Amino acid sequence: MGVEQKLANMGVVTTTLETAVNWGRTNAMWPMLFGLACCAIEMMAAQAANFDMSRFGMELMRPSPRQSDLMIVAGRVSKKMGPVLRRLYDQMPEPKWVIAMGDCASCGGVFNNYAIFQGVDEVVPVDVYVAGCPPRPEALIHGVVTLHEKVKAEKFKDLAKA
Amino acid sequence: MDNKLEKIVQVLQGKFNATFEEFRGEAHVFVSAEQIIEALTLLRDEQDFALLSTVTAVDYWPQESPRFHVIYQLTSLTQNLSVQLRVPLNGSQPKVRTATGIFQSANWREREVYDMFGIEFEGHPDPRRILMPEDFKDHPLRKDFPLGYEEPQFTFNFDEIDLRKPYAKE
Repeated sequence: MGVEQKLANMGVVTTTLETAVNWGRTNAMWPMLFGLACCAIEMMAAQAANFDMSRFGMELMRPSPRQSDLMIVAGRVSKKMGPVLRRLYDQMPEPKWVIAMGDCASCGGVFNNYAIFQGVDEVVPVDVYVAGCPPRPEALIHGVVTLHEKVKAEKFKDLAKA
Repeated sequence: MDNKLEKIVQVLQGKFNATFEEFRGEAHVFVSAEQIIEALTLLRDEQDFALLSTVTAVDYWPQESPRFHVIYQLTSLTQNLSVQLRVPLNGSQPKVRTATGIFQSANWREREVYDMFGIEFEGHPDPRRILMPEDFKDHPLRKDFPLGYEEPQFTFNFDEIDLRKPYAKE
């Protein structure tokens, strides 16, 4: 019975700026189109007909880092790939997020050796880790939804501090 | 073993004082590092081994000394034969002359052997690493190279490893 209802009748919705911005960020979070190993196959499956990640506003893979908000590191990152990956990350515009998909990207997985980074968090800051070898498409979607929750909880005052 | 191959092995034995081992019908001929170029030239020009299938190496440390064997696998397409030349090399500063002057295909394979084993190929036109990053220090396929890289992070040592893990900055 307050101002909300009256304004709603006039075609106006009231909300906080944070909610509006975070809603916009989560509902069109475009991932970058690249896969490093077998996890990429599951990532493709997650976007295809059966699982259809576009239900969460993620239908569009961008082949250019300039147009993407989310980097899904799908696979092991070799020591030679690390600088390339970091460069792609640096080219993405803020705000940007990273999902480490699968065991290899999260902690090195079975590749405990000299050629592979023991977790992509040594190269780029990671927001969500998805376990599995490789993770099922549901697991990736769960990771993405978890990231959405994280983004929706972001406060401007925290961003100002960083 | 094939008759034709036996004759070729005998030629090598006569010329280079080479020792010879047979393994499942394959001929392994041991040649010294000084004579390998001559032996490869002889096989290419006189015995019609036109194809150098591979150059690779094995590290037999610590069981055997000399620890390295550099392996040249030659194929004769016309005779349908294949012979393996092995050069034993010591661990301290292993060196052998490059085969790029005889077989062009040796170029990248020798770079790989250098990268993985640290065996130097003298006179190589492009002696860089081929697989590992250029600032990499060691030679990973040597048997004294550590097998595991980092201690795996489990629940019981999570915090300890978390402290020293080189996390990326924003």
